[in-house]
Amino acid sequence: MTANMRTLLLFAGMALLIVLEGSTTFLGIFGGSWNSALFILTFGLLSAIMSLGVNMQWGYAGLFNVGVVGFVALGGLAPVLIATQPVSEVWTSAGAYRLLLALLVGAAIIGLAITLNHRLRGRGRVIALLVTLVAGFFIFRAIFDPAVEVIEAFQPATYSNIGGLGLPVLLAWPVGALFAAGAAWMIGKTALGLRSDYLAIATLGIAEIIVSVLKNEDWLARGVKLVHSIPRPVPREIDLQADPGFVDFAARFGTDPVTASTILVKLLYALLFLAVLLVLIFAMEMALKSPWGRMMRAIRDNEVAAEAMGKNVTGRHLQIFILGSAVCGLAGAMMVTMDSLHNPSTYNPLRFTFLIWVMVIVGGSGNNWGAMLGGLLISFLWVKVEVWGPAALNFLTSGLDPDSPLRQHLQDSAAHMRLLTMGLVLLLVLRFSPRGLIPEK
Amino acid sequence: MSRSSNPYQDDRGNKDRSITREGKGEVDSTRKSGSTRPAPGGPFLAAENMTGGYGAADILHDCTLTVEQGQIAVIVGPNGAGKSTAMKAVFGMLNLRGGHVKLDGEDISELTPQDRVARGMGFVPQTHNVFPSMSVEENLEMGAFIRTDDFKGTMEQVYDLFPILKEKRRQPAGELSGGQRQQVAVGRALMTRPKLLMLDEPTAGVSPIVMDELFDRIIEVARTGISILMVEQNARQALEIADRGYVLVQGANRYTDTGEALLADPEVRRTFLGG
Amino acid sequence: MDLLNAIVALLNFVVIPATAYGAQLALGALGVTLIYGILRFSNFAHGDTMAFGTAMVILFTWLFQSMGIHLGPLPTALLALPFGIAATAALVLGTDRAVYRFYRKQKAAPVILVIVSMGVMFVMNGVTRFIIGVGEIRFDDGARFVINAGEFKKSTGLAEGLAFRSTQALTIVTAILVVAALFWFLNRTRTGKSMRAYSDNEDLALLSGISPEKVVAVTWTISAALAVIAGTLYGLDKSFKAFNYFQLLLPIFASAIVGGLGSPLGAIAGGFVVAFSEVSITYAWKKVATYVLPESLAPDGLMQLLSTDYKFAVSFAILIIVLLFKPTGLFKGKSV
Ligand SMILES: Nc1ncnc2c1ncn2[C@@H]1O[C@H](COP(=O)(O)OP(=O)(O)OP(=O)(O)O)[C@@H](O)[C@H]1O
Ligand SMILES: [Mg+2]
Repeated sequence: MTANMRTLLLFAGMALLIVLEGSTTFLGIFGGSWNSALFILTFGLLSAIMSLGVNMQWGYAGLFNVGVVGFVALGGLAPVLIATQPVSEVWTSAGAYRLLLALLVGAAIIGLAITLNHRLRGRGRVIALLVTLVAGFFIFRAIFDPAVEVIEAFQPATYSNIGGLGLPVLLAWPVGALFAAGAAWMIGKTALGLRSDYLAIATLGIAEIIVSVLKNEDWLARGVKLVHSIPRPVPREIDLQADPGFVDFAARFGTDPVTASTILVKLLYALLFLAVLLVLIFAMEMALKSPWGRMMRAIRDNEVAAEAMGKNVTGRHLQIFILGSAVCGLAGAMMVTMDSLHNPSTYNPLRFTFLIWVMVIVGGSGNNWGAMLGGLLISFLWVKVEVWGPAALNFLTSGLDPDSPLRQHLQDSAAHMRLLTMGLVLLLVLRFSPRGLIPEK
Repeated sequence: MSRSSNPYQDDRGNKDRSITREGKGEVDSTRKSGSTRPAPGGPFLAAENMTGGYGAADILHDCTLTVEQGQIAVIVGPNGAGKSTAMKAVFGMLNLRGGHVKLDGEDISELTPQDRVARGMGFVPQTHNVFPSMSVEENLEMGAFIRTDDFKGTMEQVYDLFPILKEKRRQPAGELSGGQRQQVAVGRALMTRPKLLMLDEPTAGVSPIVMDELFDRIIEVARTGISILMVEQNARQALEIADRGYVLVQGANRYTDTGEALLADPEVRRTFLGG
Repeated sequence: MDLLNAIVALLNFVVIPATAYGAQLALGALGVTLIYGILRFSNFAHGDTMAFGTAMVILFTWLFQSMGIHLGPLPTALLALPFGIAATAALVLGTDRAVYRFYRKQKAAPVILVIVSMGVMFVMNGVTRFIIGVGEIRFDDGARFVINAGEFKKSTGLAEGLAFRSTQALTIVTAILVVAALFWFLNRTRTGKSMRAYSDNEDLALLSGISPEKVVAVTWTISAALAVIAGTLYGLDKSFKAFNYFQLLLPIFASAIVGGLGSPLGAIAGGFVVAFSEVSITYAWKKVATYVLPESLAPDGLMQLLSTDYKFAVSFAILIIVLLFKPTGLFKGKSV
């Protein structure tokens, strides 16, 4: 069996799983609902894009990014800032404009600190840096805090934020990628420029910070108070249901308009996501065949030799780290767009960092198609284990007295089967198929 | 190592020090010893017909090394000849495809390195032969790890042999000079009171004066009845003190004779001793 | 008088909590640093090992409480601790046998072991939630205070009260004992020295007759014990919640790296550096300031540098600053 044949079969199998999920309830394994099947598909495609980003970093450059959740979250900010309407009431000189000024001042202070760090040496450097940063911090807060107070005081139940630019939401996708790329540039500059790499801990930390900023800075995107009804690139279900043409169309398929509209919307998203994913994979495959890609591989395969040949290893690593993070940011923006909801409390590192790693490893490090398959398959399992867990435990404990506390406890705990299963899948694949389902060529 | 045929060893060029630490050992530490068989007669150490290497390609080809009780055997040969590989093979740090190692009338081919230490073998590798963050004294203590008796006396003997070590005994071995470090390395191996001491280029990177001194010490050690198998780059000097000499080329024995005879052999002189 | 009040407030809100938290972080970081030094990878499952161990301690605590066994003024959890450690060590050693050993045999790259530890993290996370759920659990009993704020005020006549909770005292005392024992073990005993030797040079340790598998087993056991102790003390001091323990991974890694990965002394220093910075940067200094400063200079704000929501940001900022100036950490670690 050739490698291509195997890849094709695996994808066919994956497609079959999704079709089965939509069409049958065989032994309770599948949901028998197209809504659920399409949910898994869209979820899987989004995850596949994230795992594509991580795969670029890990697969092509051996960079260990454990802050995926941070980049996804940053990307997810874009739809709010781009597509929602501006809250014009807070765009006053005491409000949002002052806040912008504060941010500019903050950036200038950091820029000054970096310049000093480069220019000065020895004790003078430490003192100058400390003075700049400490004084800068207080100056920043002096401008920033009153502005935030003004913004957050405005109709806290609905707004308390600066709103967005009111631009088309699709524009938020590349902007989300840019946000993530900017953060990646800063992290990479610091963590890859040290004597050795410290990327893992740096990404772990910054992700934590990004998520807490999103949760706590209400002026930015209302924090945990959520931003609802972010504009969408596809029609809304209610509008479809109100459209007589669509109701007729649904009737012709023998379905009610409610089901038909949810399915249609999900299908549109799925197509949109699939298109983005395929474009990304295509671009990456082309890039890999270009001189740039050959150099990346040369560096990965033998860094010492590549360095000796005058290749700027750190520079290349920085590039690919930024690119991979941008892809994660893009996925974040797409996800928030689909949900039409910005909810930073959902950014759990287990789900958005470590699960993505499981996808990459299971799919096959260094193979884009592998990353895609991993994303789809693990998403499928992630969703389905939630259903299978309780069912399996129900079956296993059926011999026990229904009122026995053990049985109760086991059934209550079934929800946690998910993490356990993901861990087991990762361990089993690493052990028995260390190159993943679709190995790198 | 980045790319490798073993997928578990493929780190994809990652060098992230916040999650990984360099400097893993080469030897499979999870292996368990097999059984030994009696093999009476023959020399004290007889490593015969060793064939094998690190991976798919063989480095050693039918290589044989023997040492008689209390004698000094010296291996010389060009760089990359497989001298260090042969030493590792004798110590069980390599998976051999063929051949066997016999020590003191016993076939020990199936034993792990740890168990060979227990049988009276001591080895000073060519590189990385001290514990750099541990003090000189702790290095010596680690040498005596398998001993359950009091090893204070042996430590005094080592200090007598290498007085400088006594002076520096509280200092981390990693902070010593190259020559001093070699002395620590030899001292560590002597702490087990081995019956066979294997030295891989003990004089590497050492000044000529210290080198002479080290050779003197090695002869001293041999006089106490310890058999010595040694690899040396300074072939002429080493063969002068050798009871037996081996010239290894591309993993195979090229010449084998007494040290004196090899020194006298015009062919050996021309090709390996530089005239 | 005002100065005394300021000192008491400082002790009460900064020094004591930070010392207790620092001790907890230090114990966690010691476990991480030991694994890093000897097995050569950062164990992502360490936070969840702490969670599992603490869950075990809680179960044993409940068992003892239901049997009517108490330790008087001390929390019952102290009695349950050895059992928790035993259970966790068994789990960790079993994991090593079933999972990690294979990769050692393969001479796997350390970064592969990091990924393996992610898998273990998931499994342990699931197991812990499975056993004890996701809710918040308080399991401290016994005396609440060593020094009670109200009594302190009454006996000293100061306006500020000083509260020294028994869990804080317990944390500090236990941490000192454990660290002393660990250092004695590593520097004075044969097994401890063999661990350091193995960490320095695996192959040479082998050539000295040290059994690597024994070193590995001892390392896992100690790291499990440290994890359970750290987790239990943290849980007694604050409360137990599985997810919080997973989140402790960042400050723990930060402590280990700030101190110098692979250096036990560094792990302790790192733990306190991180804890003191976290607490002092997120503390509202207004109270202390009003005592010390003359009335005319009295602050009107809270004088809080960052809100407590950003405490992780502090660990991280400290980490970056240290790495920029001292890439090997405060105490020269084994990294780089
Ligand atoms: N760890 C290893 N893995 C794979 N190949 C190795 C390893 N060590 C050595 N080799 C190869 O084995 C061959 C013999 O090396 P060896 O170190 O035994 O030579 P040597 O005779 O000791 O040389 P020198 O005089 O330079 O010490 C070389 O071709 C080398 O590339
Ligand atoms: Mg050699």
